[in-house]
Amino acid sequence: MKVRILVRLKNGVLDPQGQTVRHALHVLGYTQVKDVRQGKVFELELEGIDEAAASRLIPEIADRVLANPIIESFDWEFLDKA
Amino acid sequence: MKFGVVIFPGSNCDYDTYFVLKEVINQPTVFLWHKEHSLDGVDCVILPGGFSYGDYLRSGAIARFAPIMQEVIEFASRGGLVLGICNGFQILLEVGLLEGAMLRNKNLKFICQHVWVRVENNRTPFTCLAREGQILKIPVAHFDGNYYAPEATLSRLKANGQIVFRYCTPEGVVNEAANVNGSLDNIAGISNADGNVLGLMPHPERAAELLLGSEDGRVIFNSVIKYWEGR
Repeated sequence: MKVRILVRLKNGVLDPQGQTVRHALHVLGYTQVKDVRQGKVFELELEGIDEAAASRLIPEIADRVLANPIIESFDWEFLDKA
Repeated sequence: MKFGVVIFPGSNCDYDTYFVLKEVINQPTVFLWHKEHSLDGVDCVILPGGFSYGDYLRSGAIARFAPIMQEVIEFASRGGLVLGICNGFQILLEVGLLEGAMLRNKNLKFICQHVWVRVENNRTPFTCLAREGQILKIPVAHFDGNYYAPEATLSRLKANGQIVFRYCTPEGVVNEAANVNGSLDNIAGISNADGNVLGLMPHPERAAELLLGSEDGRVIFNSVIKYWEGR
């Protein structure tokens, strides 16, 4: 079973890396890019767990370890339920 | 008074801190390995600077789960003195002993230079020998020192006098130009509500001998001793 977790800075939290990427894109002429927010991707391979239990486990792991809830939020999805 | 300096894999200011406490401040000092389950009877725990666990995931995010941190949390909850310097500050934030979080420096640079901080509250165990408004010249060396807290947290920190150090000009003016890393409200160091836990980004152990450019950092260690002896 595989899941993908996306951690990003919350709206309103300054993202200096995203701003710098946006600036670089503008310098290259990609002026259509209005904003850039940079985040992190985690792909976890799980075993010995069913779909329902994984659906409880993943938010726990993301909230406790992978994201810092003060500045970051997360989304996740199954990549492979087998 | 006995000091303990915690060593995590990747700590790199542990020996500097140990040296200053033992040889400059002349206090009994021991190292505490991150896998230990005991604080060895120390009276003050110091989480030193460095890059614990390579700063992987987030600065301090892995170190917070080290076995010794359970002891540090218990020690702090009983009123024990805990000082986090730089990476140690980041760990105290991640573990929740201090409020807020660190973002990457606003200019995206690793900042390694002398800065000036103003003592905003001298009624803490870590600043009781300093004057309120005293200006300290102490170096910083970090990538993630851009302090952030939600508005409600910031108001509470202000109301409780928990903002202990703020970045300022050499003359003591707190302004945007002196805000090296983009921290909210120029915050360089905060305490918990009870005042027994303090985190700061500048390195007082690197400013403890004139030979190294400043001895302004000594007031922090000397304050801890004075507080402890007079408690």
